[in-house]
Amino acid sequence: MEILLSQLFNGLSGGSILLLAALGLALTFGQMGVINMAHGEFIMAGAYTAFVVQGVLGDAGLSLLVSLPTAFVVGGLLGLALEALLLRRMYHRPLDTLLVTFGVSLVLQQLARDVFGTAGVDVAAPGWLSGPVEVLGFTFPKTRLFILVIAVAAVVLLSALLAFTSLGRRIRATVQNRALAESSGISTRRTDRTTFFVGSGLAGVAGVALTLMGSISSNLGTAYIVDAFLVVVVGGIGQIKGAVIAAFVLGVAQSWIEYSTTASIAKVAVLALIVVFLQARPQGIFVVRTRSLV
Amino acid sequence: MGLLVGCGARVSDGGGTGDAGAACVDTSGTSVKVGFLNSRSGTMAISENTVFNALKLAADQINGAGGVLGKQLTVVAEDGASEPTVFAEKAEKLIRADCVAAVFGGWTSSSRKAMLPVFESNNALLFYPVQYEGLESSKNIFYTGATTNQQIVPALDYLKEKGAKSLFLVGSDYVFPQTANKIIKAYAKANGIEVKGEEYAPLGHTDFSTIVSKVKAADADAVFNTLNGDSNVAFFKEYKNAGLTAEAMPVLSVSIAEEEVGGIGVGNIVGQPVAWNYYQTIDSPQNKKFVADFKNAYGASKVTSDPMEAAYTSLFLWKGMVEKAKSFAVPEIQKAAGGVGFDAPEGTVTVNGDNHHIAKTALIGKIAPDGLIYTDWTSGKPIEPDPYLKSYPWAAGLSG
Repeated sequence: MEILLSQLFNGLSGGSILLLAALGLALTFGQMGVINMAHGEFIMAGAYTAFVVQGVLGDAGLSLLVSLPTAFVVGGLLGLALEALLLRRMYHRPLDTLLVTFGVSLVLQQLARDVFGTAGVDVAAPGWLSGPVEVLGFTFPKTRLFILVIAVAAVVLLSALLAFTSLGRRIRATVQNRALAESSGISTRRTDRTTFFVGSGLAGVAGVALTLMGSISSNLGTAYIVDAFLVVVVGGIGQIKGAVIAAFVLGVAQSWIEYSTTASIAKVAVLALIVVFLQARPQGIFVVRTRSLV
Repeated sequence: MGLLVGCGARVSDGGGTGDAGAACVDTSGTSVKVGFLNSRSGTMAISENTVFNALKLAADQINGAGGVLGKQLTVVAEDGASEPTVFAEKAEKLIRADCVAAVFGGWTSSSRKAMLPVFESNNALLFYPVQYEGLESSKNIFYTGATTNQQIVPALDYLKEKGAKSLFLVGSDYVFPQTANKIIKAYAKANGIEVKGEEYAPLGHTDFSTIVSKVKAADADAVFNTLNGDSNVAFFKEYKNAGLTAEAMPVLSVSIAEEEVGGIGVGNIVGQPVAWNYYQTIDSPQNKKFVADFKNAYGASKVTSDPMEAAYTSLFLWKGMVEKAKSFAVPEIQKAAGGVGFDAPEGTVTVNGDNHHIAKTALIGKIAPDGLIYTDWTSGKPIEPDPYLKSYPWAAGLSG
């Protein structure tokens, strides 16, 4: 029982990390249909932002709190630059987008190696996040609780943005029917840019959270990009709630299977489950219903 | 004219190998070529670039002191690109097209295994500078890193001496950790140590919550860690955050050297033991000079580590063999190799002529708050290399 619960927590925590990595992608890939292979490198940029901020500020606690909004802006600006310079020329050319963004991801990785060196760097976790916390006899690592909170906050804020703001309405209108949105006076160009800014900014936030968990090096992004795409595809293109459910289900499945077998087998089993699921339901958990003919 | 001289001075094959492996090494001029084959790109570049730097330093020092048999070394560098197949191709190129006298490099066991047939069929020489899983020996490879009885077995002796009655094994899912763990389990069985668990994570695995939960639940006296690369960072951060400490349950690692400590974060790993044959902090004139020269060449913030030192040493050992053989020819070097020694930064090392490994002293170190590693335990004298663990009764059947 105790194992079951602690593994449930490990799974939810793993899911929250997946979710943070995938949330921005759910917006740019899910909503806009852009296959951005450089999303992982935006995560890496967020992690290095945390490293730089800590180098400047010194104090681990303060720098973590400052890093979160800073990394959002850094990731967002990178996304904006990518959108404005390259992607806007190739909407409706998904294959070219994939190749171009893959190239951009390689360029960004090399840039990180040139600037920060090939060896990994460390961002110290603040004292108030070190060690475990005890709740009802169970111990939970504080960093994992913190990431869970960030992930939930990011989902709530993003859902509120989409549901209640005029920007959110514009995004949803553009996603559901671009031509109709345009003819009712929405600047889809501006909407695209803003969506990309927010989606890429979320990748930056994910990067800061990941500094608490693992290695900060030029290949940080590559470790998460495939899982992030899996979450979005399983969740269903164009839906935030799909990504949320998919991330937590995959996280919990991974940790439960891993506990009774091994990490390698759990990875294979989860991927096999995804294949079977997508055979039965290629559109993912949720699907956006539109009256569009395409 | 130049062509004629070149042909006339070609080193003869020396016979015995039978095939076309005609060495085309040109020793007629005032210089001789050596090949450095390291991953300068790809995932292994992080580690192998430092080995390349150490090799380069050794070549510069040898050239500065008059070269080998009066000939200056000309370095031909190739990129193995972290791909075993590329290593094999580039080795072939270095031997047959560049006609180098010897090749230095390789890191992963898969790169070494891929190059082995190339060196054997051409009867050429490879100097391999990294500790590995043992159970191998070739007359065409010199292994200047530790084999298992110079690193893993002493590490187990150390844990046993410290009173560990049970172990938990954590490793990456590939050949080195799996072979190492087979050896560890055989040792544990013979010494009454209980192995409470054995977990493997895929290379590049980033979520260690479940594995750390298992480690915590098993509550062994110590953890033996053969994880490789970035996984170590995620593992040690998780370990600390789960409330586990070096005092309560030490994690002895065999793949974490000075280079890696910075990326893991000293705070996450301070006090944990590691097993190697060299640390930057070794207090000897040879090492002080090596560290000073290295920092001088590559920057004061650079650290020196075991594989770098083994690579640096390998070039000097080759020089010693050539000078003893008075020839650059591979068969002559193979004959002369046994007993060649070098006062290396790690201490005196000696080449074993039978298995082509080198006798070296085992050191267990502890990671200090300054990020460096200080010797905590030493085997006292160089340990004769025994890649097949033939002199250890408990290991019977392992080399099968």
